[in-house]
Amino acid sequence: MAVSVESRNLVSAPDGGSREELVVNVGPSHPSTHGVGRVIVHLDGDIVVKAEPVIGYLHRGIEKMAENRTYLQVVPLTDRLDYVGSMYANWAYCRAVERLAGIAVPERAEYLRVIVCELQRIASHMMGIGASAADTGAFTFFIYAFDQRERIIELFERLCGARLTYNYVRPGGVSFDAPQGWTQDVLAFTKAFRAAAADLDRLFFGNVIARGRMKGIGVLSADDAVAWGASGPTARASGVNWDLRKHDPYSVYPRMDFDVVVGERGDAYDRGRCRLLECVESCRIIDQAISQMHPGPVRTEGLPRLLQPRPGEAYDHIESARGSLGVYLVSDGSVRPYRMHVRSPAFCNLALLPLLAEGHTLSDLVVVLGSLDPVFGEVDR
Amino acid sequence: MALVDRISGALDSGPGGVILTSVDALINWARGQSLWAFPMGTACCAMELIAASFSKFDFDRMGTFPRPDPRHTDVMILAGTITEKMRPAVRRLYEQMPDPKWVVAMGNCTVSGGIFYYDTYSVVRGADEFLPVDVYVAGCPPRPESLQDAIIQLRRLVAEESIAPGRRHEQTTTLPRPKAGGDR
Repeated sequence: MAVSVESRNLVSAPDGGSREELVVNVGPSHPSTHGVGRVIVHLDGDIVVKAEPVIGYLHRGIEKMAENRTYLQVVPLTDRLDYVGSMYANWAYCRAVERLAGIAVPERAEYLRVIVCELQRIASHMMGIGASAADTGAFTFFIYAFDQRERIIELFERLCGARLTYNYVRPGGVSFDAPQGWTQDVLAFTKAFRAAAADLDRLFFGNVIARGRMKGIGVLSADDAVAWGASGPTARASGVNWDLRKHDPYSVYPRMDFDVVVGERGDAYDRGRCRLLECVESCRIIDQAISQMHPGPVRTEGLPRLLQPRPGEAYDHIESARGSLGVYLVSDGSVRPYRMHVRSPAFCNLALLPLLAEGHTLSDLVVVLGSLDPVFGEVDR
Repeated sequence: MALVDRISGALDSGPGGVILTSVDALINWARGQSLWAFPMGTACCAMELIAASFSKFDFDRMGTFPRPDPRHTDVMILAGTITEKMRPAVRRLYEQMPDPKWVVAMGNCTVSGGIFYYDTYSVVRGADEFLPVDVYVAGCPPRPESLQDAIIQLRRLVAEESIAPGRRHEQTTTLPRPKAGGDR
């Protein structure tokens, strides 16, 4: 099932002769598809002529389900969209609801949201580069990266009781204030992580095998990145300086001093390394947020449990670990959203696969797919 | 220790089936110690499945080792939502596993459909609609410890195995299987 040859047929080659084209099916259960992705690959020898991603194996109808839930009940559904970075979908959805219903959020809640989302960015990138490293055979690196992720999951567990589906960011604030001693432990983590990031950089991105496998593979030009709607590290690795935290500032990000990590070559190596360097920037943001945070309420007082916004529509987007994550909501004045749509960065980035994989070998297709870091919960929704 | 006790007890009980019983005990003991898992990670639970097999929780010390090839595995861990589109692929992968084989349904989605039981058109409401599930692990997602407990529970089922004809695990499993799904 994992990899199977579907057909062999002779196609005419540009030079007038004919060559044999192999059609190979990869997935939907394959160790390197990062979920239930499937790719139909047309091969000439070992060279990819055409790669067609097939999606929908995790289509759970979350957007449709949202129409039958009240505004508060939708938040747990958004956890299951991008399950590697649940906090982002929580936050993007809550921002859309807050915009729709005109809810102001207390300052401390905004700081907590920034802290958890930057921690989530590190956790998600550790998973992303770890899994793509495992695709190139560097399984040891995956275990080192996952160890860092596990430390963040422990912090989240202390904060909201869940390891994966947090349901933490709610319309009008967050569900719980940070427990005693939590911020100190977060600071201890960021301090330890900076040292670990240098190790991880040397361990994988300095490795001659990783360089050989990833450099020059799946080169995405800046023009193509913009034209195909790529965002997040995928676009930034190509030299597109586009980060919503900087260029459409939201929450308390304007008060933060951080750099946008921009790559040069746009290949798989740059995409991976951009993710790792972004994690160090996230540490800077977390440290500043904790030093700026003051005690105070974490939820808007007097907010009804049954939100009933006036008829209208709202769109809001945030910078998730994968790119611009947007949520579009339409209200018809009832207690349930009339329509919810999620602008998924993973979906837009995955669309680049045919473009990037063409001309590379089948084993490089795996590297390209890993470097795009798709999460199929968000691709299929 | 347990194996040694059982073999000596079986030898004491006299002839007639003694060899067969001790072979069963030996084989089941060996099987229970190295249940290689096929990680059928379809959605969120796959993250906890990975966490369970990595440093902190470490599946390997229980002999459970994830193998991405179904032909090398004994137990299929269904981690994550199974959609109607995914169902034939999961079924086919199950059929590719060699006998004897077991199925662990990890997470509410594979137990009953979970959060996706109502209002959706594309989700299979419980893996037991098309697979013989042996152990159910509740949670959305379950903690890695729960999954490890499921493997310990599964060893009880493995201990019921026999190489004698007509005693394959499909017929002798007596643990109740709750009917999830109800009216569709």
